[in-house]
Amino acid sequence: MRIDRRQLLTTLSVTAAFGGLIPVIGQAAGSRDPRLIVIVLRGALDGLTAVPPIGDPDYASLRGDLAVDKAAALPLNDLFGLHPSLVNLARQYHAGQATILHACASPYRDRSHFDGQDVLESGYSVPGHTESGWLNRFLETLPAEQKVGSKGLGIGSTTPLIMRGPADVLGWAPSTLRAADPDLAPRLMDLYTKSDPALASLLDEAIKTGKIASGQTPITAMGGAGDPKTMVAMAEGTARLLTAADGPRVAALAFEGWDTHAREAQRLTQLLTGFDNALGAFETTLGPVWNQTAILVVTEFGRTAAVNGTQGTDHGTATMAFLTGGAVKGGRVIADWPGLKAAQLYQGRDLTPTTDLRAVAKGLMAELYDTSSSALARRVFPDSAGVAPMRGLIV
Amino acid sequence: MSISAVFESALALSRFGLGSGVDGVSAVSNARDSLHQEITEGAPEPQGADLKTTPDLFAALYIYQQEKKGIKDGKAGAPVSAISDMAMTQALQPKKDKPDFNPVRDAALTEADVRFNDTIKSPVIGFNERLVMFWANHFAVAVKKSQSVAITAGAYEREAIRPHIFGHFSDLLLAAETHPCMLDYLDNQQSIGPQSPANRKGTRGLNENLAREIMELHTMGVGSGYTQADVTAFAKVITGWTFSRTVGKAGAIPGTFAFNKRAHEPGPQTILGKTYPDSGFDQGKAVLLDLARHPATAQHIATKLARHFVADDPPAPLVAKLADVFRRTDGDLRAVSTALIEAEESWTPHLTRFRSPLIYLSALIRGTGIRMKPAAIIQALNNMGQPIWQPSGPNGFPDTMAAWASPEALSTRLDVVNALADRADPSIDPRDFARSRLGALLSDQTRDAVAHAETRAQGLSLVLLSPEFMRC
Repeated sequence: MRIDRRQLLTTLSVTAAFGGLIPVIGQAAGSRDPRLIVIVLRGALDGLTAVPPIGDPDYASLRGDLAVDKAAALPLNDLFGLHPSLVNLARQYHAGQATILHACASPYRDRSHFDGQDVLESGYSVPGHTESGWLNRFLETLPAEQKVGSKGLGIGSTTPLIMRGPADVLGWAPSTLRAADPDLAPRLMDLYTKSDPALASLLDEAIKTGKIASGQTPITAMGGAGDPKTMVAMAEGTARLLTAADGPRVAALAFEGWDTHAREAQRLTQLLTGFDNALGAFETTLGPVWNQTAILVVTEFGRTAAVNGTQGTDHGTATMAFLTGGAVKGGRVIADWPGLKAAQLYQGRDLTPTTDLRAVAKGLMAELYDTSSSALARRVFPDSAGVAPMRGLIV
Repeated sequence: MSISAVFESALALSRFGLGSGVDGVSAVSNARDSLHQEITEGAPEPQGADLKTTPDLFAALYIYQQEKKGIKDGKAGAPVSAISDMAMTQALQPKKDKPDFNPVRDAALTEADVRFNDTIKSPVIGFNERLVMFWANHFAVAVKKSQSVAITAGAYEREAIRPHIFGHFSDLLLAAETHPCMLDYLDNQQSIGPQSPANRKGTRGLNENLAREIMELHTMGVGSGYTQADVTAFAKVITGWTFSRTVGKAGAIPGTFAFNKRAHEPGPQTILGKTYPDSGFDQGKAVLLDLARHPATAQHIATKLARHFVADDPPAPLVAKLADVFRRTDGDLRAVSTALIEAEESWTPHLTRFRSPLIYLSALIRGTGIRMKPAAIIQALNNMGQPIWQPSGPNGFPDTMAAWASPEALSTRLDVVNALADRADPSIDPRDFARSRLGALLSDQTRDAVAHAETRAQGLSLVLLSPEFMRC
């Protein structure tokens, strides 16, 4: 049995919050039974739209039509708001359960999705390590007697890289999850137009006659990991599995479709609504377990500070991250804001990273599970001794 | 490797083969040597303990049908006395515990499993397997015809087509036309000589189906100079070419060719100006041998081969070359296949053809190394419009881009690829995959599109749907 200092603190703080009226239930054993969920948003979510720096004097002019209206944004503090679709996240923030991080990045500094996702998920500082992910290697560091939580949970038709590796992983996908990628047809159209006119005209006809869903088709009802309804189904299923007495305790899932080179405003409204509904579904379905849960939401990199020529943004560098759940010491925005003036941008074009995502992840594991700094610096995030775990993330 | 050798490897895999395997284009160091080697080695043989011979399949079908009949009639058992002990044991063994076991479906699943998860992966280029597909489609059967055609379609390809693709055309022709599957498909077991002993009552008669298709589709080709009278005479010649479903009838082993003398039309017949005396089975064999070496047959086969491998509208010099070799060698398919890969017209660098669903699926499986469930293989081919051994008629599946490339086809290929990419090994880097599998055929445009994909699955999908992967 592990003596857990923070368990004591949690109990005290809960008791304090409710004036000591509510007895602590089910904690007789004295040990917290935390749940850790990591959601990877594949495609690079634009942090300047998801968490608009509405108080930054350069934001509105830099973003033009794409800027989130100050009046519409859900207020966080003087500098930041949330995209209007993120109502559950805003509620969790104001309930002291969600922390918003900004100007974050993995160590990756180039702009390829695959390589960026590799670095984000593998936990290595360079691309090319696809044999295991940091969340899986973290499971391996758990003490042997902690049998219940030793098996990971990977959601989706394939387990996300972050959860692949030597530790046992349970796989699950909603039965409604289909292999559908609404962005494939437009990209294929672009390719055929450049290199094969005959195929281009056939594809064009297929799209126009509705045989192939494309970017013009609403992304709902396509059933892929970028379908807002599927995100909710994935969240509900994950939550159910995590609440089982002998089930897994650590889960990873990935939502797709965030690569908004065009029509960003419309697409992100749909996608962020789905994502936010998924956060709501987690809270509802986890029930009492929500209080022991921390959900980390990350994406491989951010997008250009300026808008491109197709009402979208191109691949960038720093972006936001979210941390939510009943175990999170929330109600805070953690951001060493670099500013949006030209001279303040990374390489003159992207939001400059000021927070290493590894510090956030390491802090979570250190506080939730007492994972040692050396295991975090060597095994979980190799060669990351220079990145100190961020403290105080968990209540 | 020289630049041209690198390009030839990629081109040969696409044009003559089934696409690169998991080892990539570089597994072919000398395309021409590899092609010659595949001709020397012959067709790969499907391997699998569950593959059955035609006689065993007939036995399994007979027992299945009797059992169903028994169940319908409320009888406990099934009369199995007509089946040899060994065949019965084999037929009854597999999955007997499954109440809904259907040997026809089981055979289709087994044949698809072995071919797509094993056989097509074994050759480096797949020229030999492409030829198996070509000839099986040339001598097409369609499983919708009957349960016995359905259960034996795969065995027919293994027994009658595969062993002969580099032999003499006449041997291939004879093997195909005497196989029970073909005889059943084109009704020859029902064709009774009007003057034969079997028609004493005068109530039965000729069925010209097989005779006509042999001349029209399998040998000379439509409009090549034969007449209705030739077809009728040929139909009479091959009366009595049949097979038995059970022991006793025609005295042969069930599921093997039988010559039923009693149904054979007596007397000489004249076909294309030549008179063939009645020598029983040999009368038909003699006609087939002459049809095999007819100049129109050489032209017909040469045109189809050149179209299948090189261009929808095949270059006339190539057709002429192949027809000439066919004629000079008396239909030696090894020589004809060799001429095809040695002709300079066969190596034009531009890919103009559109892979048929069968070839496309094969390339997908070889390239990704994925193992597909047999039911999923069958489903994918159905969805893409080329259900296995199920063309709409004896002319087989069409073989031009116009027939396969349609908005619907692109739509279904997108679905198939989406599903496949979704389940593919997630550590595959689509950029490496594109370089490895397409080699020198990879265009700058495709390379860029793949590099910018949002996810690995999307990148992989873009490779598998790229023009250079869709075409051949």
